[in-house]
Amino acid sequence: MTHTFVGMPPFPVAAREALADTQLRHNLGHATATIRGKRDQVVAEVENWEELRLAGAAVKDRALRGLDQHLVQLEESLTDRGATVHWARDAVEANRIVVDVARRHRVDEVVKVKSMVTQEIGLNEALQAEGIAAWETDLAELIVQLGGDLPSHILVPAIHRNRAEIREIFRSKMGGVGRAAPSELSDDPAALAAAARAHLREKFLRARMAVSGANFAVAETGTLVVVESEGNGRMCLTLPDVLVSVVGIEKVVPTWAELDPLLRLLPRSSTGERMNPYTSTWSGVIPGDGPQEVHVVLLDNGRTRALADEVGRQALRCIRCSACLNVCPVYERVGGHAYGSVYPGPIGAILNPLLKGTGDPQTDSLPYASSLCGACFEACPVRIDIPEVLVHLRSKVVDGHRDDRIPKPEAVAMRSASWTFAGGRRLGRAERLTRLGIGVGRRFGAARWTATRDLPTPPKESFRAWWKRTDGRLDR
Amino acid sequence: MSARDEILRRVRSALTDVEPDPDPVAAPRGAAPADLVSHFAERVADYRATVVRCTADEVGAAVAAALPAGARVVVPPGLPEVVAARLSDVRVDDGLSAAELDQVDAVITGCRVAVAETGTIVLDHAPGQGRRALTLVPDRHVCVVRADQVVADVPDAVAALDPGRPLTWISGPSATSDIELDRVEGVHGPRVLHVIVVGEIEQQ
Repeated sequence: MTHTFVGMPPFPVAAREALADTQLRHNLGHATATIRGKRDQVVAEVENWEELRLAGAAVKDRALRGLDQHLVQLEESLTDRGATVHWARDAVEANRIVVDVARRHRVDEVVKVKSMVTQEIGLNEALQAEGIAAWETDLAELIVQLGGDLPSHILVPAIHRNRAEIREIFRSKMGGVGRAAPSELSDDPAALAAAARAHLREKFLRARMAVSGANFAVAETGTLVVVESEGNGRMCLTLPDVLVSVVGIEKVVPTWAELDPLLRLLPRSSTGERMNPYTSTWSGVIPGDGPQEVHVVLLDNGRTRALADEVGRQALRCIRCSACLNVCPVYERVGGHAYGSVYPGPIGAILNPLLKGTGDPQTDSLPYASSLCGACFEACPVRIDIPEVLVHLRSKVVDGHRDDRIPKPEAVAMRSASWTFAGGRRLGRAERLTRLGIGVGRRFGAARWTATRDLPTPPKESFRAWWKRTDGRLDR
Repeated sequence: MSARDEILRRVRSALTDVEPDPDPVAAPRGAAPADLVSHFAERVADYRATVVRCTADEVGAAVAAALPAGARVVVPPGLPEVVAARLSDVRVDDGLSAAELDQVDAVITGCRVAVAETGTIVLDHAPGQGRRALTLVPDRHVCVVRADQVVADVPDAVAALDPGRPLTWISGPSATSDIELDRVEGVHGPRVLHVIVVGEIEQQ
């Protein structure tokens, strides 16, 4: 369970390995096709889906454009309702805050609601380093955690595993960390879910501290919202005495009423349901009901960097529905691990470079992990123009390499092209050599380029040669 | 500089090119279904929950019929007496521990509002609905919904609810799609959701 995405190879390398895994491709193809079908059906039921998308985008944009005011208001309303608000510039600060709360209560374990942001900051590893066990309680997260694996999807992190693999993980690993799976466990999904229920109930009933994220945080009322299916979220948010919620600053929704479009867009886009089974909302401490000590950690960790990018900041509208993953022809074939991050797929390809900045070979490879087909933009419930941001980030990656001492082959090619095009005589000479050049390129130099792209077939005669031969008159 | 001030400073310097939008966004609404209550009942049933409709006189019988023989039942304080009138062995929640709730088979509650379009019931945990753990730990949740509590869609529910209260939106029994995206009902919350819609049916 110490597996992290740190040190993952760049996308093209990781993707090649994933593509060779036929089991993975089969599991992914089945899962993404299933979810696409369900989503299309329930989205088609909504007569004004496009207007709803516009409203969802507008709410999130409004939240971001006044983010400083909304954050201050959120802090105030949370504090008024008995919550303790912490601010964390980065992962280290956020983890420190959670560890300190655990230490103060002398707990050696916490139960966790599925949360992308705590994976982003490596909270489980930070807790483990302090001798505190963090139990993931979402079924898919449990599969990933027990399997010593990494999540590969935003919504269904174990999408790359099929039922036979899950049964093996439960049988071999559950007993080591708690209640063992029944020895005659079958691979029927209902039986597997029942085994997870029994295994985790023991932990829910004894846990004194829980950690969650939040899908939304309402500035006006200090209300946090967690959207889920299994009831594990409700267990964590309700039974323990102490609750710590780590919330990215982009989760803010200005007013209570503006939750409406988001609550309508998210489940239909995400699981293809009209509504997810459970949505929990709470504002601070509720006397006599649920945790009596409530902490909220407001986390930056690169979000303000993304916010400063005028084209890229729209990525902070993301409500983590994962619709873009399920429609992406690239994701469907390579799966989530190849993106080397807790945020995979099209949204991950823009979010990671925006949060971390470009400059690292792994991060820099992500804006290219796309065919730019645009399906992700069509699917996005808050209208993030992912292709636009991908192209924008590609230009940033290229700009970042302009002063490299050893330029990339593409840069050399482009520089010499620029020199050639700058002079008529040079261009004429080059054109005469084009057919030869492409032939040679095909055979030798451009093999890596042409593995993933087509080289055009050159014309028999260049325009200049034709003009010279006919003096601009029509051919006879 | 504190983390708070540093983050707020970064936010402000990231946004120098834009002005805040002062006015809340109003989202479009869909057309309301003609028969809200029937629409609600159909949508709840779609989640593989059980839905029963009855008149006010029949509530006690409908609740009794929703429980297996010998079921250990808990109810919240403030539940109308008529709802659990036919049951012999009922415990009123007086702060039962989670372990004690785990020994209970079923819970009976009312709700605050119900949403026709999505088949959702919302509890605000006022008297008659119990604290949050009550409808979570037992395996069977019997929820009594009055026909006049059914609203058309999510915006109506959001407008009706008090965000200062804890809220639990329930759409069918607990479920997961984590194994090959096959939906399986019953993970950590109640595995059975039994909704009883009370109202003169011909009036709907």
